[in-house]
Amino acid sequence: MDALRIAGLRHRYPAGRLALDGVDLAVARGERVAVLGPNGAGKTTLALHLNGLLEGEGEVEVAGLRLGRDTLRAVRERVGLVFQDPDDQLFMPTVREDVAFGPRNMGLDEDRAAARVAEALGAVRMAHAAGRAPHQLSMGERRRVAIATVLAMRPDLLVLDEPTANLDPRARRELAEVLDPLPATMLVVTHDLPFAAEMCDRAVVLAAGRIVADGPCREVLADRALLAAHDLELPCGFDLGLVATRPYAASAPSARRNAISTRVPGP
Amino acid sequence: MGGLGVHALDHAGTAGRPGSVVHRLDPRAKVVGLLGITLAAAVAPRGAWVVPAACLVALAGVAWWARVPATVVWRRARVVLPLVLLAAAVVPFVGGGPSVAVGPVHLSVEGLRTFGAVAAAATVGTLSAVLLTATTAFPDVLRALERLRVPRAFTLTCAFMYRYLFVLGEEVGRMRAALAARGFRPRTALGAAAVGRLATALFLRGHARGERVYLAMCARGFCGVMPAGAPGRLGRAEAGFLAALGALVVPVSVWAQVA
Repeated sequence: MDALRIAGLRHRYPAGRLALDGVDLAVARGERVAVLGPNGAGKTTLALHLNGLLEGEGEVEVAGLRLGRDTLRAVRERVGLVFQDPDDQLFMPTVREDVAFGPRNMGLDEDRAAARVAEALGAVRMAHAAGRAPHQLSMGERRRVAIATVLAMRPDLLVLDEPTANLDPRARRELAEVLDPLPATMLVVTHDLPFAAEMCDRAVVLAAGRIVADGPCREVLADRALLAAHDLELPCGFDLGLVATRPYAASAPSARRNAISTRVPGP
Repeated sequence: MGGLGVHALDHAGTAGRPGSVVHRLDPRAKVVGLLGITLAAAVAPRGAWVVPAACLVALAGVAWWARVPATVVWRRARVVLPLVLLAAAVVPFVGGGPSVAVGPVHLSVEGLRTFGAVAAAATVGTLSAVLLTATTAFPDVLRALERLRVPRAFTLTCAFMYRYLFVLGEEVGRMRAALAARGFRPRTALGAAAVGRLATALFLRGHARGERVYLAMCARGFCGVMPAGAPGRLGRAEAGFLAALGALVVPVSVWAQVA
């Protein structure tokens, strides 16, 4: 069974703009897919559909569960959506309260919610910040806490919207080290093509609301004509041949040790 | 960081010895105890100076117990107190009845008494609030209010305000810096137009952020009702704290009311 299956998804905003124009996509369990595309291609709109935050025509199925009004709650537990701006995601006065928000909404009691909080903050190496307020954290730390807020719900599918936006190189590397050991299926919506090359095995290019390319990440990124046709560009001097896919898996033993299990039997 | 100087709020966090008995008390006990002291001072009959005096002794005891330095209390109280006192400062000038002459100015005796009573109550209230925030983190105060059955809508509004004041403050700081970087130096009333546009932009950004925050909440299973937090524990320490404050303030207040 696919972790995600999208068929004929169309979405038109009230102002009339067609943001998604028949998207078809299947993602296998454990796969990591980069969703690339220029501004306005419909990437964020697509991400919002996966959690039922937007409604359109077509079908979305997460781990065999078809998204509909009756399954909205269950789907939201299975899909962890990390927003582009962590200040949108972290709204509680302390990190601990924020990470506990999802598990509490799932109806977990306090002990189990606290265990989820400890587990999720450990996985993103932010356990020391549990009592701090989000505004006291750096952007990189906020991003990792934002990821913890959805990991605490043990999602099947992790959807990251521009995860490296506004991060300095060190925070970006720390983020990659945290994400790499996670076993969850991932959809990484990004402009950061080197990050896609490091993290993802497969890439799709979204343009004008349609998927125009789908293939192994390196092949897609090596197709200069394709990238140029859709306003995508690798950084100047960047050599794909020198990038190891998932370079952080081996270099971050602490991250692996803290790896969180997603959707395992138990609380 | 600039703008509203919101990071001053950060420095208004806890002070004194973090591990003190008072700091470790369940926040509910501190909210009830210090609110009780404020109420006792506020409802004391005019002229019953012994009540605010007892309240001040109780507050001094709390400050000593929590090792909150007098300088910290003074620094925080002086931000609020002048504003409160200003409202009452006109009373001696407009009150009727007998008056005393202070140089060329005649002050109403009755008005002076009223001012004294208001000033005493305001001082007690301000010091209570200062000690509460010096010994309890703001999120803990909110949780205490929630557990004391204060409506969720109120505590949630305060929580969002606390969280996003910093975000908005940073945005204001950036926008002001951008104005200043392009040579904006308001010298005339016309400069107000730019500030007005800044306020409009801030409102629109705040509104858009509100919508995104709501979406992010829904994405994590929010269905219109905030989930309840962890329950607190009221034990002997809390009972002792409330009993000590009560022993100092309640008998004096009752005596003042009866007399």
